[in-house]
Amino acid sequence: MNSLEELQSAALIAVEEADDLKSLEDIRVNQLGKKGQLTALLKGLGQLSPEERPEAGAKINEAKQLVSDAIDARKSALDSAAMESKLSSETIDVTLPGRGGELGSLHPVTRTLNRINDIFATAGFSVESGPEIEDDFHNFEALNIPSHHPARAMHDTFYIDSAFLKESNKNESFVLRTHTSPVQIRTMEDRDPPIKVICPGRVYRCDSDITHTPMFHQVEGLVVDEGISMADLRGTVSQFLKSFFETDLPVRFRPSYFPFTEPSAEVDIQCTHCEGAGCRICKRTGWLEIMGCGMVHPNVFKSVEVDHQKYSGFAFGMGVERLAMLRYGVSDLRMFFENDVQFLEQF
Amino acid sequence: MKISESWIREWVDPDIGTDELVAKLTMAGLEVDAVEPVAQSFKGVVVGEIVAIEPHPDAEKLRVCQVDDGTEHLQIVCGASNARKGIRVPLAKVGAQLPGDFEIKKAKLRGVESDGMLCAREELGVAGDSSGLWELPSGAPIGECVRKALSLDDKIIDIDLTPNRADCLSVQGIARDVGVLTSTDLTEPQISAVSAETDRVFPVKLTAEEACPIYVGRVIEGVDLSAETPDWIKDRLARSDIGSIHPAVDVTNYVMLELGQPMHAFDLTKLTGEIDVRYAQAGEELALLDGQTVTLDDQTLLIADQNGPLAMAGIMGGKGSEITESTTDVFFESAFFNPLAITGKARAYGLHTDSSHRFERGVDPALQEIAIERATELLIAISGGKAGKTISTKTNTYKDNLESIEIRLKRLEQLLGCQFEGTQVEEILQRLGLEIIESSKDRWLTKPPSWRFDLQIEEDLVEEIARIYGYDKLPERTLLAAQHIEARSETLASRRSYMEQLVSRGFREVISYSFIAPELHQLCFQNKPTISVQNPIAEDMSVMRVSLIPGVLKAAQYNLNRQRSDLRLFESGMVFIPTESGEMTQENRVAGLLTGSRRPEGWANDVAELDFYDLKNEVELLLGRNIDCEPGEWGGLAHPGQSARIRLDGRSVGWLAKVHPKLEALLDFGQSVFVFELQENAVRAQAVPHFSALSKYPAVRRDLALVVDKALPVGELLAEVHDYCGDLLVEARIFDIYEGQGIDYNEKSVGLGLTFRDNSRTLNDELVTEKVEELVSHLNKRHNARQR
Repeated sequence: MNSLEELQSAALIAVEEADDLKSLEDIRVNQLGKKGQLTALLKGLGQLSPEERPEAGAKINEAKQLVSDAIDARKSALDSAAMESKLSSETIDVTLPGRGGELGSLHPVTRTLNRINDIFATAGFSVESGPEIEDDFHNFEALNIPSHHPARAMHDTFYIDSAFLKESNKNESFVLRTHTSPVQIRTMEDRDPPIKVICPGRVYRCDSDITHTPMFHQVEGLVVDEGISMADLRGTVSQFLKSFFETDLPVRFRPSYFPFTEPSAEVDIQCTHCEGAGCRICKRTGWLEIMGCGMVHPNVFKSVEVDHQKYSGFAFGMGVERLAMLRYGVSDLRMFFENDVQFLEQF
Repeated sequence: MKISESWIREWVDPDIGTDELVAKLTMAGLEVDAVEPVAQSFKGVVVGEIVAIEPHPDAEKLRVCQVDDGTEHLQIVCGASNARKGIRVPLAKVGAQLPGDFEIKKAKLRGVESDGMLCAREELGVAGDSSGLWELPSGAPIGECVRKALSLDDKIIDIDLTPNRADCLSVQGIARDVGVLTSTDLTEPQISAVSAETDRVFPVKLTAEEACPIYVGRVIEGVDLSAETPDWIKDRLARSDIGSIHPAVDVTNYVMLELGQPMHAFDLTKLTGEIDVRYAQAGEELALLDGQTVTLDDQTLLIADQNGPLAMAGIMGGKGSEITESTTDVFFESAFFNPLAITGKARAYGLHTDSSHRFERGVDPALQEIAIERATELLIAISGGKAGKTISTKTNTYKDNLESIEIRLKRLEQLLGCQFEGTQVEEILQRLGLEIIESSKDRWLTKPPSWRFDLQIEEDLVEEIARIYGYDKLPERTLLAAQHIEARSETLASRRSYMEQLVSRGFREVISYSFIAPELHQLCFQNKPTISVQNPIAEDMSVMRVSLIPGVLKAAQYNLNRQRSDLRLFESGMVFIPTESGEMTQENRVAGLLTGSRRPEGWANDVAELDFYDLKNEVELLLGRNIDCEPGEWGGLAHPGQSARIRLDGRSVGWLAKVHPKLEALLDFGQSVFVFELQENAVRAQAVPHFSALSKYPAVRRDLALVVDKALPVGELLAEVHDYCGDLLVEARIFDIYEGQGIDYNEKSVGLGLTFRDNSRTLNDELVTEKVEELVSHLNKRHNARQR
């Protein structure tokens, strides 16, 4: 029978030389298994005197532990070598582009509308919409623009051919809405104050040149409640503009005229291009006209049966393309509706 | 309106510069669009007269002029063809500075000395004819600085007036507002009545009483209209873009610009009987001053005499009674026409005149007599002649319709969100010319002046006070409005959520016009009825779209023509559909278009040309998997074998298709294009999720390959499978479709992966096998399906 020392050193050498998991396992079975050589030594302890047994037993267990630790260490070394070689064989070129599609894009008008909606949503405004083929009453009459009003001439209205209408409606007049203001009327017809809404959408004017397209987008705003004043209008509009342009932009209000508001105002912002120094874009005035607004005209309240002595309100309307052009530096309005991908992919 | 600054300053001259004046006007609601100097800056240019002229010895096109500068004669070489003896011209002497930093020096031209330069308008930065030397008026004082002699140190102010401020369509009106804004008194020219020197009158009758309540007329006989209108009048007219014609017309134009009263002058000898202001009879004809002859309708107000129409009232005079240089007897008209009688009429005849512009918006009804006195005074000063008596004809029905307006301090402060002193309010009202009828510390009853007929209600006065006080001095406040939290719908997702989904699937949003070309509609939808625009901007924008598809096809065409062959586009917007009952539907839709390769070109990408099933997947992702597609023909726009109507819970919600090869060819696509269109409501609709318990038991999968008739839609087969298996079947996937070798030519093999699961027990193999066998035999009976 081999001595403990011989067995131990032979086992340790075998562990060191094992170069795969299988041979390591064989060594474990041969040495430490139930029929293993080191295990067999323990069985021989019975031949020793009771006094000798503890010491000899401890030595054998020590040797077993030593061999077992060596096997574990060797196993873990082999594992990590195997992992390393696997990893190295699996290495790829991470600089190659990924598989699959590309992102699309929202139209800059939609992007701008979303931005406007978000800003007003934080101030508690909800969004309303209305038809684009609108009747004369909602587009004009209810907004204090009777049929012979000179303001109608400012609107360059597209009229709808009544040929498709049934006989009884033939003399009803329909237009492509010239502004989003009819949605004010529809909102006030539908519900009672307090009202706090914005109405985004397409509008149409019979005009087409470098600075006009026959279709464009507006956002209308309407607030009606008790005690609403011009100070609220000024605060809302100027906070909105500063929020939209993310800067403490100078904003000015000057008297203007809209049939559906009184008092009325035109809102100018300091030219975003020259910062007020005067340039081609602001016609050297340093200011850019950005929206119209005012206090809701009593005749408008009357047309929707809102008590104008109890309630007051303000309304404002702005052109979305104009805001988009200023915000994103677009130089030509007509590009918005050409749908050139080279343009669209920039947003 | 363009007006000379110096003219305004003749009426009111506050101690402020042009910039401040203009800023004040703009901030008071009279928006100044532009300020143009009459001449650019130059100095050292005087009025000179050519006293002698001879040819240049060495140059055919040049001439040598002797020019009198008031103190001496200078020799100047000049190339202008209109240079001739006796004319007065701008003379830039040696040392003169012309626009563009150009200094005049002594020079030799082809060997002849030149002591300066004779100038054209352009060289002095003055608008107008620059084809030759600027010929100055014969009365221009020789030697005087040109700027002074021609009042060139003036600016033209262009004001964009809002329609309510008709009172500001004159120097007088603007001056009034400037006076209020700067607290400056007016220094208007004195207008005194010209006394009659002849008894001649011409009778006037006002048949259309409502339309013309005031008509002031006057005869002036013995005038000499060949006399020259003075330069100061011509200059002022020119600065408002009005040309000089002859003294009678120039004077009426001058009075219109100065006071705001449009006037007309008739040749008295061409009038017969009496003036009658009446409506036209339909079919009457009138030859207008602009040369055209119009056939009148019975809504047109006329100035007529015994022989018929003379003029279109307030719009344009007639050829028949036109004044010429040989006219000696003039009849002036200064009338008040009701705006409602004039509005829209000029436009209806394709006309727009300075006169109609003013009458449509309204003229001060107290102005007619003053204006005729002013015109008489000016005309006689120029052309001589004797004035008749001023005859004012007013109808009994006429009354000024200025109502008294109450204004309450409380209302003012509430609307403006700002406190005012009563004295402040009263002062502003008075400065604006309002009469205070009653006054207390917080309430006033007022009456506006005759020219402010736009002021009608309390809110109008609130605006006036704010305007004069200054909009920019009004406070700003953060809006505090009641904010009730409303129920938030979860069954209708936002527009933004599907748009963002499409964007992340690679679609680019387009926005196309809502009106399209009738031909494009016809190509896509044949004779499907449409709604038309009555006055389209162009014929190819005359039909309201009944679908978004024509728009996205156009966008695709635009980009395919620009070498963009892989496109994924979408549009969200409204369509306009006439209904059979003679009404219309306006609904929002979402349309998409795909063309080109399945994925963008890439080393690892599937770049095969995409097909119908790529399109269908996008629709499935938008609507959810449970859509039903049924084959159908979608107008003429779709490939009949690759188009389907989409149903959701049995309701038709849209279409998807490959575009018809004929249409692809017509639109020059050169590749397959796939489109879908859905009702936006269907896209936005979503169910609120309802939790069901998770199964603790394993699922069992069985794969089947079934041979069926080629024409059998797999959708039908799947529905049958689900129906038959009931809840036990949790999923059925099509993993393969095979046609070809081993399968009869009119059959196909469908690979079905069936997953079964029971929520209350583990399914045993025998049960599943039995179930599948039953299913196969059922499908065999129904569809002659056999296991492969």
